[in-house]
Amino acid sequence: MIIDLPRFLAAERPYWIALERALDKLEAEPNYRMGLEDLQRFHLLYERTAADLARMITFSSEPETRRYLEHLVARGYGEIHETRQNQRRFFPIQWFLQTLPQTFRRQIRAFWLSLAITLAGCAFGGFAIALDPASKSALMPFSHLLQDPARRVAQEEKATEDRLAGQKTSFSAFLMTHNIKVSIFTLALGMTWGIGTILMLFYNGIMLGAVAVDYILAGQTKFLLGWLLPHGVIEIPAILIAGQAGLMLALALIGRGKRIPLKARLREVSRDLVTLIFGVGALLVWAGFVEAFLSQYHEPIIPYAMKISFGLVELILLFLFLARSGAVSEPPGDRKGIASVASRSPRS
Amino acid sequence: MKTAALQIRTPEGIIFSQLLAGPVTRFLAWFIDILCIGALLSCLGKLLFFFQILNANLAAAFYTLAFFVISIGYGILLEWFWRGQTLGKKLFRLRVMDAEGMRLQFNQIVTRNLIRFVDSLPGLYLVGGVACLVHPACQRLGDIAANTVVVSNPRITEPDINQLLAGKYNSLRNYPHLAARLRQSISPIEAALTVQALLRREEFDPVARIELFAELAGHFRSRVEFPPEATDGITNEQYLRNLADILYRTRPEASTHKIAGAAVSDPSR
Repeated sequence: MIIDLPRFLAAERPYWIALERALDKLEAEPNYRMGLEDLQRFHLLYERTAADLARMITFSSEPETRRYLEHLVARGYGEIHETRQNQRRFFPIQWFLQTLPQTFRRQIRAFWLSLAITLAGCAFGGFAIALDPASKSALMPFSHLLQDPARRVAQEEKATEDRLAGQKTSFSAFLMTHNIKVSIFTLALGMTWGIGTILMLFYNGIMLGAVAVDYILAGQTKFLLGWLLPHGVIEIPAILIAGQAGLMLALALIGRGKRIPLKARLREVSRDLVTLIFGVGALLVWAGFVEAFLSQYHEPIIPYAMKISFGLVELILLFLFLARSGAVSEPPGDRKGIASVASRSPRS
Repeated sequence: MKTAALQIRTPEGIIFSQLLAGPVTRFLAWFIDILCIGALLSCLGKLLFFFQILNANLAAAFYTLAFFVISIGYGILLEWFWRGQTLGKKLFRLRVMDAEGMRLQFNQIVTRNLIRFVDSLPGLYLVGGVACLVHPACQRLGDIAANTVVVSNPRITEPDINQLLAGKYNSLRNYPHLAARLRQSISPIEAALTVQALLRREEFDPVARIELFAELAGHFRSRVEFPPEATDGITNEQYLRNLADILYRTRPEASTHKIAGAAVSDPSR
């Protein structure tokens, strides 16, 4: 078909410009909602531009205009055919109190798996230390853990000066960033079909089990609980949730028992992964504070009973938060996951 | 088999293509981003140097947090606010987009930036680079997880046809039906080749220039045959100028191309 190009361009250009303006507005204002009339107009403009592109394809000596129309149709296509949940304005409190715990519960099977792997690591580490105390140097990466627990406890309890004086804030910042990096890494290793995530969780479990058994065998259980509980009850579940996210990614990659393509499986878990990892970040910020400002101080400065009680209260609150928060407003459809969102209508 | 372009077919039956960015361009864009992050951190370090005198502990804590936030948040924030681009990507005209042409979502941007931790292993993005090389859509692991691709939007320049033609008489225009047939039969690559040859004519050796224009003119003459009175007495080079005039300016002395040109002012958007 031969087109009278000048007339064609003159006639169609206003529609392209109108579509471009509408797209600019949509992209600049994510919360903008079109009325029905605007929506119909937008759809008309998109279809007209798409039809113009089809005509331009036959008109071979206008590559620039054709490329321009391709870009315009590509942008319009993303807006018209997008079926995922609209990106609403972000409400941090609502996200923290509802979205995060709801997501955690929706993907609870991956969490149990993460917990099981860590417990297996704990059992391995504990048995290794109990059977062969010399393996301590191979299992524990930090030098202060290598010394005799009873001796360390005696040193800590006799200490008269604050060894973290003037460093607590920076130490806290270091702990937060280090732990968040480890968590992100644990999630990202899900791309190794979960092998990397499993190894990370298992290794964390080994260290935890080895330290716990070492202190228990040395008769320092109270010190251990007072030292680990205040920050550990938040930090350890946070790492487990990072493992949960990594395993979700791995399960989506493997796709066992699912008859949908890889892209669709990854699309399904993508939003939940991000929710969980941001939740992990928030938990680890708190754990970093507690570890630097509370966990490193022992009797006689802070009584163990107080530290243990504090840890137990945190544990109960965390359990209630993850198990109950947002449960009332949780729509039943959300339990099916993101897939349920796909059936919702596009931007309107 | 590696494809250079991502083709998306809409339900309306329209196929549009996006040029995929290669690993080398992506690496260079990443290198620019690393330099930007380094510069940001260096500025921050200098600012905190004075703050350190007042409170070294707070300054160290702030720097640790800022280092973490900037190194991880740089890609996420810029790609979100600049719709798939960072400074490095802007410089190399690259853009992250959804692999199926849909709207790029925040969670996709976060996912691809977090999986970077594995892509950068064991150093210099070896895992990501290898994945990019072997993947048909040139995706690193982060792109696979987030279902994104990085496309290249080359700058679309308008050839300066006026410089080539300078308002000279074009004998081919006397036959508008043949000119229209010529426009229809010539591909965009052939049209671009013609213009490039004309624009760079002074760079060729005299003999090579004559041979090149003879070959090109011969190629196009066989496409659509104009009457002898339209083509006799003009050189091969002039024939190609007339051809470019027909291809790029569909009306004599009219600003047809400018109409299209105005519309293509920012095709990368």
